[in-house]
Amino acid sequence: MAFPSPSRNSGMFDLHGYFPMILEGMVLTVEVALISLLIAVILGFFGAIAKLSKSRIARSTATVYTTLIRGIPDLVLMTIIFYGGQIQVNNIGDSLGWDYIDISPFVAGTLTIGFIFGAYMTETFRGGILAVSSSEIEAALAFGMPSWKVFLRITLPLMVRHALPGFGNNWMVLAKTTALVSVIGLHDMLYNAGVAGGATRQPFTFFLVVALMYLCITGISDLGLRWANRRYSVGVRKV
Amino acid sequence: MDYTVIFDNLPLYLEGLWVTIQLVVIALVSGFGLAVPLSLMAVSKNSFLRYPAKAYIYFFRGTPLLVQMFLLYYGMSQFEAIRESVLWILFREAYWCAIIAFALNTAGYTAEILRGAIEQTPFGEVEASRACGMSKTIMFRRIILPGSFRRALPAYGNEVIFMLHGSALAGVITIVDLFGAAKIVNSRYFVPFESYITAGFFYLSCTFCLIWFFKWVEKHWYVHLRPRTS
Repeated sequence: MAFPSPSRNSGMFDLHGYFPMILEGMVLTVEVALISLLIAVILGFFGAIAKLSKSRIARSTATVYTTLIRGIPDLVLMTIIFYGGQIQVNNIGDSLGWDYIDISPFVAGTLTIGFIFGAYMTETFRGGILAVSSSEIEAALAFGMPSWKVFLRITLPLMVRHALPGFGNNWMVLAKTTALVSVIGLHDMLYNAGVAGGATRQPFTFFLVVALMYLCITGISDLGLRWANRRYSVGVRKV
Repeated sequence: MDYTVIFDNLPLYLEGLWVTIQLVVIALVSGFGLAVPLSLMAVSKNSFLRYPAKAYIYFFRGTPLLVQMFLLYYGMSQFEAIRESVLWILFREAYWCAIIAFALNTAGYTAEILRGAIEQTPFGEVEASRACGMSKTIMFRRIILPGSFRRALPAYGNEVIFMLHGSALAGVITIVDLFGAAKIVNSRYFVPFESYITAGFFYLSCTFCLIWFFKWVEKHWYVHLRPRTS
């Protein structure tokens, strides 16, 4: 890639041809966000079921998970998993005679973000499930549905409406947390902006571009979430 | 696992903890000071006041804190006017850049929390204070703001915890806070797992203290809502 030299005459908003690089980074950022959202939803789903289950072991495991995750900063968790996880994997691998396994920043980043937001999703989904009115479940049981069918057909579709606002909040925070993957060396949009800003001596310009990109992501998500909220609240009377 | 290194470096962690506490407290206090006028602007009927406040809140809630911090720490050097002004004394130092970024960020979130709380003021309270002949200033000072602070408390407690967690980002720009201390220990002795876990443990303890503190404050402020014991 050619690195254009900074020219003194150009204005503050001259990107010196670095915009494609920022866009590439944005694609990676969106990838990280979507994959970790998927992990978070799956974890949150099982976490919520565990928290509401009758088994005490499942409940306390889920409580320890959500408490620990929500008590430690995301950046610290990410470094624990990225640097510390690498060593643990090597230790285990050594004793089992595996080859060297490299934890890529992408895997560490998405896993950590998914793991963190799984805890937040657990709380959101738990609240959503609890908000489903018990008479709906009673009615389903009266129809003779087995409990797994009650969960799949009644509780799950109805909890979406209650969980959606919290889910939306979690997604917004998650999308912004993806900026942290640049700290563990992933070439996301923030990392690329740092490179471009250093080469052109216009760090403010490039970080501002990244900020605007994030505003686009959160703005579009906001519109989408509003639409979903309307769609899932069709059956609710507005006061 | 080798924790002797950690015990030898405990003073470094404690110094880091002290820096973290400084960052969080200064940012929270100044952020709150900024948030109150911002939230009042955001509920004002005057659009010249309302739109700038809304734009501020939208920007700071819509972009990552790390980007905001980089904008200040790396970005400000782009402008010669700032490099030659008195402000450069602040923007030259990572410490002040981090504090300013944290304060501006938490101000955005706090203003949004307060705005919601102000808008939820029961209209009867406003009516009653008008009937008592209060001016608008007195009404805000005596009725609306105190009630809103109380309504905003649970959400603000969360925001304080988020600020504590966000303060770990200061370690990225060379500040030796708790996370920075862990980074130093790791780079000196190469004990990534132990060093970062220790920092995590300190953060966890701080979080628990904050949760406990806010529970205590809530108990104190919500006395009138407690179920009657007879």
